[in-house]
Amino acid sequence: MARFPYTAEVTPTIFEKSSAGRTGTVVPEGDVDTPGVEELIPAAHLRASPPRLPEIPENEVVRHYTQLSLKNHHVDRALYPLGSCTMKYNPKVNEATARTAGFVGLHPFMPQAGAQGALELMYDLTVWLAEIAGMEAVTLQPAAGAQGEMTGVLLMRSYHESRGDGETRTKVLFPDSAHGTNPATAAMAGFDAVELPSDAAGRVDIEALREALDDGVAGMMLTNPNTLGKFESDIIEICDLVHEAGGLMYMDGANLNALMGVARPGDMGYDIVHFNLHKTMSTPHGGGGPGSGPVAVKSHLAPFLPVPRVVRNDDGSFGLEWDRPESFGKLHGFYGNFGVMVRAWTYMRMLGRQGIRGTAEASVLNNAYLTSLLETHYELPFGRGMHESVFSASEIKKRTGVKTMDIAKRLLDFGFHAPTVYFPLNVPEALMTEPTETETKESLERYAEACIAIANEAESDPERVTTAPHDTPLRRLDEGRAARELDLRWTFESED
Amino acid sequence: MSFVPHSDADRRDMLAKIGVSNIRELYSDIPDSLVRDGLPEMPDALSEWETVKAIQELADRNHSLICFAGAGQYDHFVPAAVDHLIRRSEFYTAYTPYQPEVSQGTLQVIYEFQTMVCELTGMDVANASMYDGPSSAAEAAVMARAVTRRDRVLAAGSLHPHYRKVTETYLHGQGSELQTVPIDDRGLVDRDALASALGDDVACVIVQYPNFFGVIEELEPLAEMVANAGALFVVAADPVTLSLLRPPGECGADIVVAEGQPFGNPLSFGGPVVGLFAAKQKYVRKMPGRIVGATEDVEGRRGYVLTLQTREQQIRRDKATSNICTNQGLNALAATIHLSLLGRAGLRKVAEVSTRNAHYARSRLEAIEGVELLYPDSPFVREFAIRTEENSRAILERGFSAGVLAGVSLSRFPSLGAPDGLLLAFTEKRSREEIDRLIDVIAG
Repeated sequence: MARFPYTAEVTPTIFEKSSAGRTGTVVPEGDVDTPGVEELIPAAHLRASPPRLPEIPENEVVRHYTQLSLKNHHVDRALYPLGSCTMKYNPKVNEATARTAGFVGLHPFMPQAGAQGALELMYDLTVWLAEIAGMEAVTLQPAAGAQGEMTGVLLMRSYHESRGDGETRTKVLFPDSAHGTNPATAAMAGFDAVELPSDAAGRVDIEALREALDDGVAGMMLTNPNTLGKFESDIIEICDLVHEAGGLMYMDGANLNALMGVARPGDMGYDIVHFNLHKTMSTPHGGGGPGSGPVAVKSHLAPFLPVPRVVRNDDGSFGLEWDRPESFGKLHGFYGNFGVMVRAWTYMRMLGRQGIRGTAEASVLNNAYLTSLLETHYELPFGRGMHESVFSASEIKKRTGVKTMDIAKRLLDFGFHAPTVYFPLNVPEALMTEPTETETKESLERYAEACIAIANEAESDPERVTTAPHDTPLRRLDEGRAARELDLRWTFESED
Repeated sequence: MSFVPHSDADRRDMLAKIGVSNIRELYSDIPDSLVRDGLPEMPDALSEWETVKAIQELADRNHSLICFAGAGQYDHFVPAAVDHLIRRSEFYTAYTPYQPEVSQGTLQVIYEFQTMVCELTGMDVANASMYDGPSSAAEAAVMARAVTRRDRVLAAGSLHPHYRKVTETYLHGQGSELQTVPIDDRGLVDRDALASALGDDVACVIVQYPNFFGVIEELEPLAEMVANAGALFVVAADPVTLSLLRPPGECGADIVVAEGQPFGNPLSFGGPVVGLFAAKQKYVRKMPGRIVGATEDVEGRRGYVLTLQTREQQIRRDKATSNICTNQGLNALAATIHLSLLGRAGLRKVAEVSTRNAHYARSRLEAIEGVELLYPDSPFVREFAIRTEENSRAILERGFSAGVLAGVSLSRFPSLGAPDGLLLAFTEKRSREEIDRLIDVIAG
């Protein structure tokens, strides 16, 4: 069991470690002979007191952030089964290639002749992602999945506007099991988000869909496999129905790890799909980003994609094309999270055609194996999923009073991260578990043993579980207090 | 090379335990017509070494020039300790801190980051980061519309065209438009034009500081006009210059956004970078994005959690303030570490040396025929625009051959309505000799 080392002490903030006159780095003086800034910039514009940044030697800065780092669970420590997050191993070579000298120093306004390698890399990635999507065009610009979703619904808007339906098609449909970003994105893009109930098997209720479809529907957002990990077996019919009503089909690609190389969203009938390179393509999550959320579309939507587009010119060189009159606009200051794209290129190039499919299959195998170890100890209301399964602790709760949140916290004591909890919303006391393909059989078994031990503990010593965690850097935190008594920044003692 | 760990024997054992005979059976929910027979049309697998070699070949085809381009991204030096620390697995292989008991490292870093952003901008509260400066500006416009329940958004004609385009894109979804307030012959917001554009349906006015042309805007009179009209004043800042300039919060800003790339993040062809987003306290519940707050654990120890989550999509769904979830956490970490290393004197020194380099270049350019400052009477910090008689693209080509990225051509941005010329940016990395080479390139 991996316990956290020497981290139970509270680390003072970096500001409390500051001591006037110290510095962590020396900035060269420069060698031009101009007057000082007080003579170059009118006094009325100059600030009276400097921002109160800490003053600390390099060694102490390094120790501070090293100490903080040790309080984090992370993939390199142990299994991190957050459902829909695909916390797979992040190959170390990704970090090396992303820092190649020719990439890190490249200014985004470098003339295209000086950025051919970067543009070719981006072009390759669009070709490979289009192939996995079964679609014709790709933009790499969205900086994360949510911005990929934004791209998707803005494409719907542009498409309908181009056909004169922009004013009347105001609704975007999504199932009740959808990620919260789906309705949030639809609303942010000015659509009415319309939730559909799922059927008893946790899939789209075809009758409910039929009833909801009319000429006011712009499209539907549907994750596949859905958030229960279940493949939408009626996907061909669903896409046909939405298309017949004049709408577009958008696939939230959060769960593409189960499918890549095996089945393609484009073949299913989807018009749009977004990728999460930080999930499916192993670029790290970074403690909450940077991500990258490329979007693939069928050819009828390609004219509306954001500018600039990465293109291959007739002479074999690569370029950025800005003149796209039907484009809906732009989402990122430049071309997206290029550094993340380098990592994804590295990963996909190493995997190759064999590894892409093998990865998907192993993610499904691993989840099926883990599910087989756990299904006699935890309920599985909708059955085994593909790459993830959603367990429920509602029976355990009824019998023992131990809730899903308690089980999640107790797992932390066993050295694992918790699954995604209380989601999707159609499973009470949900534990949404995604092991990913990079875990060994033994690693899955160790995790299952911990889950089973906790289920047993809930019966024999429930208080041990409800008061967990016990062995983490901090114990349960008062989130209510944080929201009531807002303390969102360090308060300096004296105004110096 | 793949990262699937199983041997054939493992696979057999696992399938037996599951109770299926092959992996295809695990895909039985997928209609047969959708399951592909062959492998995807992609290159064959490579070893790590072959992949590294292929990447190196691509990288070698990019050029390395002495950089005088800015326009939102700046070539600053980043001390080695920054990259060393962000490469710690504990940081970069973690996820969004959903379980605070095992995420205190990430959470405390964000709390420190929020504090630094507040200190730089002079604002009360900041969030955990946005994708970049432009999307921060767009989110500010979206937020201002929600706060004021008003429709129109105004932006200065001197706002970076990419900020404008991204904001327009976000607003188009909301059925709103961005209207431009022209600038005067000093490159400052035209106050008469602003007065006539303001009205009781204006949600906010976005002004860049220093603006796209490098000119230091006079914020206070603008803030007063905007406040009198009941709109929010949004300032998009170059955060390096905020170590010298009066912070926007002191000048009446309601929301401050910025491109945080210069702090700890390499250029990397424009991303990943980090958007800064700060606001007045009274708007905290309308802010987009993650926010970290301090609290205590059951033993009374200080700790940190994600807070005010009822603003966010995972709780509020279609009523959320924004759809953002994953942000630029690792880039915010890099910014926090870099600012900790620089400290208050170091950051000021970076800004001072950058400023003095820019003003040295100005003094040399004034002597060159066919070149004049676009706004010679307006103060600037470390970036300024010149008007060139010669086609700016020809100058850039000459620079390219001479190993110099001689700024950014103004003719890239027809929406600015500016004459042809170059936008030149300076950092502490540039030496006098390098600036002299730039001058030679421009002089022809």
